[in-house]
Amino acid sequence: MTVGKDVSALFPDVVNCMQTDNLELKKLVYLYLMNYAKSQPDMAIMAVNTFVKDCEDPNPLIRALAVRTMGCIRVDKITEYLCEPLRKCLKDEDPYVRKTAAVCVAKLHDINAQLVEDQGFLDTLKDLISDSNPMVVANAVAALSEIAESHPSSNLLDLNPQSINKLLTALNECTEWGQIFILDCLANYTPKDDREAQSICERVTPRLSHANSAVVLSAVKVLMKFMEMLSKDLDYYGTLLKKLAPPLVTLLSAEPELQYVALRNINLIVQKRPEILKHEMKVFFVKYNDPIYVKLEKLDIMIRLASQANIAQVLAELKEYATEVDVDFVRKAVRAIGRCAIKVEQSAERCVSTLLDLIQTKVNYVVQEAIVVIKDIFRKYPNKYESVIATLCENLDSLDEPEARAAMIWIVGEYAERIDNADELLESFLEGFHDESTQVQLQLLTAIVKLFLKKPTETQELVQQVLSLATQDSDNPDLRDRGYIYWRLLSTDPVAAKEVVLAEKPLISEETDLIEPTLLDELICYIGTLASVYHKPPSAFVEGGRGVVHKSLPPRTASSESAESPETAPTGAPPGEQPDVIPAQGDLLGDLLNLDLGPPVSGPPLATSSVQMGAVDLLGGGLDSLIGGTNFVAPPTAAVPANLGAPIGSGLNDLFDLTSGVGTLSGSYVAPKAVGSISMDLQLTNKALQVMTDFAIQFNRNSFGLAPAAPLQVHAPLSPNQTVEISLPLSTVGSVMKMEPLNNLQVAVKNNIDVFYFSTLYPLHILFVEDGKMDRQMFLATWKDIPNENEAQFQIRDCPLNAEAASSKLQSSNIFTVAKRNVEGQDMLYQSLKLTNGIWVLAELRIQPGNPSCTLSLKCRAPEVSQHVYQAYETILKN
Amino acid sequence: MSRTTSLPKRIKIHFMFFPAILSDSTTVLEFQFSCSIPAPLHSENDYFGVCSEPVIKDNVVVVYEVLEEMLDNGFPLATESNILKELIKPPTILRTVVNTITGSTNVGDQLPTGQLSVVPWRRTGVKYTNNEAYFDVIEEIDAIIDKSGSTITAEIQGVIDACVKLTGMPDLTLSFMNPRLLDDVSFHPCVRFKRWESERILSFIPPDGNFRLLSYHVSAQNLVAIPVYVKHNISFRDSSSLGRFEITVGPKQTMGKTIEGVTVTSQMPKGVLNMNLTPSQGTHTFDPVTKMLSWDVGKINPQKLPSLKGTMSLQAGASKPDENPTINLQFKIQQLAISGLKVNRLDMYGEKYKPFKGIKYMTKAGKFQVRT
Repeated sequence: MTVGKDVSALFPDVVNCMQTDNLELKKLVYLYLMNYAKSQPDMAIMAVNTFVKDCEDPNPLIRALAVRTMGCIRVDKITEYLCEPLRKCLKDEDPYVRKTAAVCVAKLHDINAQLVEDQGFLDTLKDLISDSNPMVVANAVAALSEIAESHPSSNLLDLNPQSINKLLTALNECTEWGQIFILDCLANYTPKDDREAQSICERVTPRLSHANSAVVLSAVKVLMKFMEMLSKDLDYYGTLLKKLAPPLVTLLSAEPELQYVALRNINLIVQKRPEILKHEMKVFFVKYNDPIYVKLEKLDIMIRLASQANIAQVLAELKEYATEVDVDFVRKAVRAIGRCAIKVEQSAERCVSTLLDLIQTKVNYVVQEAIVVIKDIFRKYPNKYESVIATLCENLDSLDEPEARAAMIWIVGEYAERIDNADELLESFLEGFHDESTQVQLQLLTAIVKLFLKKPTETQELVQQVLSLATQDSDNPDLRDRGYIYWRLLSTDPVAAKEVVLAEKPLISEETDLIEPTLLDELICYIGTLASVYHKPPSAFVEGGRGVVHKSLPPRTASSESAESPETAPTGAPPGEQPDVIPAQGDLLGDLLNLDLGPPVSGPPLATSSVQMGAVDLLGGGLDSLIGGTNFVAPPTAAVPANLGAPIGSGLNDLFDLTSGVGTLSGSYVAPKAVGSISMDLQLTNKALQVMTDFAIQFNRNSFGLAPAAPLQVHAPLSPNQTVEISLPLSTVGSVMKMEPLNNLQVAVKNNIDVFYFSTLYPLHILFVEDGKMDRQMFLATWKDIPNENEAQFQIRDCPLNAEAASSKLQSSNIFTVAKRNVEGQDMLYQSLKLTNGIWVLAELRIQPGNPSCTLSLKCRAPEVSQHVYQAYETILKN
Repeated sequence: MSRTTSLPKRIKIHFMFFPAILSDSTTVLEFQFSCSIPAPLHSENDYFGVCSEPVIKDNVVVVYEVLEEMLDNGFPLATESNILKELIKPPTILRTVVNTITGSTNVGDQLPTGQLSVVPWRRTGVKYTNNEAYFDVIEEIDAIIDKSGSTITAEIQGVIDACVKLTGMPDLTLSFMNPRLLDDVSFHPCVRFKRWESERILSFIPPDGNFRLLSYHVSAQNLVAIPVYVKHNISFRDSSSLGRFEITVGPKQTMGKTIEGVTVTSQMPKGVLNMNLTPSQGTHTFDPVTKMLSWDVGKINPQKLPSLKGTMSLQAGASKPDENPTINLQFKIQQLAISGLKVNRLDMYGEKYKPFKGIKYMTKAGKFQVRT
């Protein structure tokens, strides 16, 4: 009004005008006071007298004006003087004054909450809820609600059935705005049983026919909340559902802004109770001159309401929208067709053909969007609509958006075996690899790897090209890492790579963008407020303590089926299978030293640390001196001759010889005990002077995940110089870390005296598994697949066996002969074996009759095992 | 009241009241409230006939006083214009002159009696020499018609606006021939809801002056009669730079009434450079910048259907436009409520005199769209 000029200098002059009889002038003076009292608090006190006098004026308009202005003057010094007049006005005979005074309490509470409580205004306000005049009741409720909101802990609005009854009576009589206050207040009440809920609902339903949409939405909120308590079998429940639909539809005929608010709320309601609006699909059809925000929201609701019954109509509409002018809207519409296909299975075919029609239009953004959604449809219905791929491929060149390109590349990679020129298509993308967005690059990398796994012969070059592009020329760590992973996977084991990369994908879920149920329930409690428009709880956008009272739907009563209750879907944490010990980084030594090894748990005890093998160094070289010889024997199959182990466990080797001399243990690994499983035989000799008890054992992480499968069982105490032999079953489910050499195993044995550390090398053949026989085709393919640089050749000397004897001997150790042939007088044995961790090793054993030495060629994705496999061959064959 | 003039004002009002949205207050309330603020200010019989920036500047005190009555501490209080007018008298030239001379004000020095009574919408002591009550049944038909002329969706938004100038405290009842049509209604607070629920009769003590008695919605599920049809033949030829354009408008289900005030508008695709058309009646314009075609048809004579024919010049070399233009239709039909709603009788109780009663029907096009 002052055009931004500070006119506070006129304060004394204006205050002098206060005592006028002219009401209009008085109002303006009061307006001035409200604006400038804060800047001139001392002067403002001069006005107090007039306020006090005006509060006793015979004219209720002036009394109300005074009390209303008082609340707006935010000066602490003045507020104290105003308590008495306010108290009088709260008890005024005229309801107009009382209702103004009720609001004034809320204003005062905002300035000085303590003062309001001390003066007992809150109790007076509560009494006003029982006032005879509905307007006063409404304003008292509004004031109390506001105060309660800023003080969530206070139970100001402690409603009981009596006060609810009063509110419901006042509801029918007060103005529209008053009705909103009362309805919002009712929504916070929790009825004690379903009968009470029903009776409140019955009295609130007439509000649904109100012309004011805020009243309607507040009534909808109350009903939605209390419906939660009603049993679905009740007739009334059905009636209520029917009554809710028309008012919601009517809201859509209001101004676009109101329509938008209504639509956002309907979106929530539809998610909570789709049955309410299931027949009203048509009202959400889009008019071409609706504002875009209304259009998009309508589209969203249409998809939520789509069902088998109405899908034909919906699709026809969506197709129509896809030809509109507004690009954003068209995209959404095309996407919506895809969502329909995913949601309504019966319609999928129709949706796909609609999408194909749209692709035929050749409108660039329509085609791109269609391809993106077709990708999703493929994910949902694999092996059903692949016939359309040809059409998609025709449009390859027109794709310029990353999302569409990525989708198309995904499709090509996924169905590489059905697309004849898949490699050419992908190669064409590869040219501009570095100019593509990350999304496309990642997708291209995966697609080419898929292609390679499906057609290994022709695409080797392509895959190498993309891998090198991804790993060497890219700055993007995501891309590089993914490249490396594929690279290693492919070079280690193509079969495993196949299992990983071409694994069956989980189907995508029906509706992807549903609001999470607990949030939805909370938002239902905020229907008609900003929270319902944002679809966020108020705590997410309201600063400070205001309005962050957490609201929740009332629980269903016992009479109704508990499965419907929203509270019955807690997302519990996954059952705790965390390892008991999580060593901190760099603390492995401490672990090995201080762990209470107890009886080791059957799982991996040293599970999750990513520590390097610092422990070895930290031992200060001591470990080396500790290392004695230990031997492993593992003779897995039933057919293993018992003598196999004996030569390996060649006697007892002292594991270490502690200079401290506290005690010494000896260990060795001898013959196999359990059939088909790996075990370690230990021989423990007490070389100390004390009795040893409380033995426990633990393995460090190792290349093949060996771990004790049972606790170390030493039953009696070990007296000095006594020796026990123990067989410890092993498993290969422990944690894995590559060791140097590969078959190195570090073991800690603890007893009452100390912890002892051992290190040992185990023969690899204990890890050969029984299902290591590859079929011939697979063998051939894999043999070709593995690059030649992975091949290793060894000579086994002094092995005068013929082919049959060697084959059967090897077979007993799980090295299987896949094929045999005779070339130029030499016997060629083609053999395969598999390690416990799934690594395949292919072997070609060439035996020349009469010549005691034979040649072994090994091919494996992980060439580092070859050396150890060779040693295993040698051991087995010479036995 | 004209919507166009009120628009800028409405936006201003929004800004004025957005600070009122504290924390998580009721949005719908804010929107609804801000939509209802201008109503008392700009409607003809209320404060200022037209609500524009200069008017607000000139009457800033009155606007302040009115708003102050409407809102306290962010709580909306009274928006009934009847009550507001009693609290703050609308400025007239005569009153301004009197005020200047006598020093009195526009502020009513009496508390409005209605506000706190059980009928807050009506003041007491109303007196008229001619007692009259007029009701206008106005229906707007929203429809989407597809290419082939079949209805995709059609619904009717109806209102009954009333102008009641009756002395004293009259109690009116209004009954319909076919109340079943009204299954989705919202009432003015004066309507006794219980009575409607049980007997399907509108019983109410009316506010004084103009007010909206009820609004209703006849949904898409009921069959809605479509009063007009549009025959269209619009083709953009691929290669040549000329396209053909032809539309004809004709009556369909009009119950023998004439369709008047017909206007056809259509947003043509960007590729259309100009249009060379000849109407059989009325006038047409095409704006080459906005590509908006509008054709003011006037009345439809069923014997000689109005048509608009001609060619479109298209951008040379450009491909066929992706989208088809949608045709927007405006029309009016007097003395017909397209839903078939009819008032049976209007009775008055509580007062002795005999009022003059009148009922008018009208059907208008709301958002009536024909896809091509």
